[in-house]
Amino acid sequence: MTGRNLPPLSLHVPEPPFRPGDTVDFADFDMPAAGAVRRPPIDTSPADIRDMAYAMVRVLDDEGRAQGPWDPRLAPETLLKMLRSMALTRAFDERLYRAQRQGKTSFYMKCTGEEATSVGAAHALDYDDMCFPSYRQQGLLIARDWPIVDMINQIYSNRADRLKGRQMPIMYSVREANFFSISGNLTTQYPQAVGWAMASAARGDTRIAAAWCGEGSTAEGDFHSALTFAAVYRAPVILNVINNQWAISSFSGFAGAEATTFAARAIGYGIAGLRVDGNDALAVYAATQWAADRARNNHGPTLIEHFTYRAEGHSTSDDPSKYRSAEEGGKWPLGDPIVRLKRHVIGLGIWDEERHAAMDLEVAELVKAAQKEAEKDGILQDGLKQSFDSMFEDVFEEMPWHLKEQSAQMHEERRAAGI
Amino acid sequence: MNMIQAINSAIDVAMGRDGAIVVLGEDVGYFGGVFKATEGLQKKYGKTRVFDTPISECGIIGVAVGMATYGLRPVPEIQFADYIYPALDQLVSEAARLRYRSGGEFNAPITVRTPFGGGIFGGQTHSQSPEGIFTHVAGLKTVIPSNPYDAKGLLIAAIEDNDPVIFFEPKRIYNGPFDGHYDRPVQPWSRFAESAVPEDYYTVPLGKARVVREGNDVTVLAYGTMVHVAHSVIQETGVDAELIDLRTLVPLDIETVVASVRKTGRCMVVHEATKTSGFGAELSALVQEHCFHWLEAPVQRVTGWDTPYPHSFEWAYFPGPVRLTEAFKRVMQD
Repeated sequence: MTGRNLPPLSLHVPEPPFRPGDTVDFADFDMPAAGAVRRPPIDTSPADIRDMAYAMVRVLDDEGRAQGPWDPRLAPETLLKMLRSMALTRAFDERLYRAQRQGKTSFYMKCTGEEATSVGAAHALDYDDMCFPSYRQQGLLIARDWPIVDMINQIYSNRADRLKGRQMPIMYSVREANFFSISGNLTTQYPQAVGWAMASAARGDTRIAAAWCGEGSTAEGDFHSALTFAAVYRAPVILNVINNQWAISSFSGFAGAEATTFAARAIGYGIAGLRVDGNDALAVYAATQWAADRARNNHGPTLIEHFTYRAEGHSTSDDPSKYRSAEEGGKWPLGDPIVRLKRHVIGLGIWDEERHAAMDLEVAELVKAAQKEAEKDGILQDGLKQSFDSMFEDVFEEMPWHLKEQSAQMHEERRAAGI
Repeated sequence: MNMIQAINSAIDVAMGRDGAIVVLGEDVGYFGGVFKATEGLQKKYGKTRVFDTPISECGIIGVAVGMATYGLRPVPEIQFADYIYPALDQLVSEAARLRYRSGGEFNAPITVRTPFGGGIFGGQTHSQSPEGIFTHVAGLKTVIPSNPYDAKGLLIAAIEDNDPVIFFEPKRIYNGPFDGHYDRPVQPWSRFAESAVPEDYYTVPLGKARVVREGNDVTVLAYGTMVHVAHSVIQETGVDAELIDLRTLVPLDIETVVASVRKTGRCMVVHEATKTSGFGAELSALVQEHCFHWLEAPVQRVTGWDTPYPHSFEWAYFPGPVRLTEAFKRVMQD
């Protein structure tokens, strides 16, 4: 080092634009106009849409009108079903968040502000397309009309929980609804979705797969391997990145967002990449539909970055006021996905404020009733659990001797302790 | 057949019986594998059932898990066990836990084949025996054959098993059994009875050990290459040892182990892997728990040293005849 006439090197450590107490100003945010981005044919070469990875597909404008070539022109009943699924998802989150605060369960994670990214996608996929979600896609299950009482049973780890009290709350698994078992390990589901899609293609099936991860998780090695395999085998898969700007306390800059977009990750792999307004249910629907048609017709995988905002804390164990400005969510330039779809359907004359208020009440009551129903089978603390024997089951298909021995030992110890 | 041919035959027979079986890995397709274990399979079954992959172990296993949840039965290959670590998250967090965490809704019936073990001047990254990492994981089965007949039968059983199996192939004995005498020429498998491998379907059940040699003075627990080293030393020293080839580490054939140690009163555990927290520690503890009143001497462990696998010190590292002979003296002394 000594004697070299060079400026000292400096390490760049990213810093988010706003910290607690800061005044938030998104004036620098380059708001793309709704309807401005072209809609290429589904057999387009990934190389021909590189610019789209830096643009943003938006359908709904500020007045809630659908604009441009990506308007999916959905039937009124589909629009209203999507609106209701998003409202139900939010009501579900509100109530189960409170249930955790009341000590009825140990943990919960909301998806507030991101409802469109799962509900919009679910409506554009076929029911038998396989979903490999992360932990913040409860909207997929709700949009697929999966009984919410079953979801609450899982959250309560009660005696009706199909996962037998083994999994943390919200780590659902619903094979019947083609919703893959959620893992706590981030992005592991990405190569699995690619593998599922490869299997479907190898068997000459017509079903496709879709995976979800957050922008923070794109830094995992599994993200890279999944994109490589998806590109190499042209797997019929949709790879969704939910860019909600935050990975717990780390802003998206720590996943590389200062340098480029997440959709642009697709370019280097030769995968079609789209970037969409994640708070625009119609844009999410249209992009998913495009990617699904592309996959179904053997044109290969698509990566979709859903640009959105995590409106609340990461989980019930998180306090976002410790690392970001409280003003940020309220000033988020892409607004609220439910409010925006509501404005759209009211503008179409198929909805009004009165019906919306009634629907909000109806979904809140629905969740409340489901919660009561689930509580008949117990909450985390009240002892209405699965049998203790079940703890040792399903490790293997058949229980080997050492697990039988340990199960017997557990019973013996509990008996001796008088419990 | 030698071990390679037996493994090739096992995959061939299994694929012929079940259209859901697929083979994937680095160089396994057109080329037939760097050890030739998958030779001819792509030609016979086509590229959608036997295919080359990118060099990404986490991708290979992650994709295999996904294919398994679709309904296929993937047989992924990891070229050397030394390179399985990038796939650990997929194996430990996903394949092993899937049945449990989903309440039985999903499972991952994959069989991960991987060459392992030393004695070939493979240095640090072509010699390791990482079985202890996998036996520690609830939900994984760990299988290690020691001869062509078992290799075929165990591999077919592993592929048909509905749980994820890690199938370690001792590459030192692919072409012939190795008795630890590195200065003598290796005899090909064709000179040994275990090379008589049926062309057709058969299985060797998982979870069952094989008593290689009956004896009364001491029980030797071994697997893979070390079965042959131990057998040779037993013959050379004249110790009346009972030699057990465990074949499956998890689930372990505890009955065979316990019956033998209770008969002999002494026990020696032999493996190539490093000593501390190696599978020998588990075996030693189980013997102590189940045979305490029958034991006449402390359980001896003969293992690799607690160092990375060295290149030039191969024969000082490898638990060969010198070290086994000394261990026999120690275990018989008390």
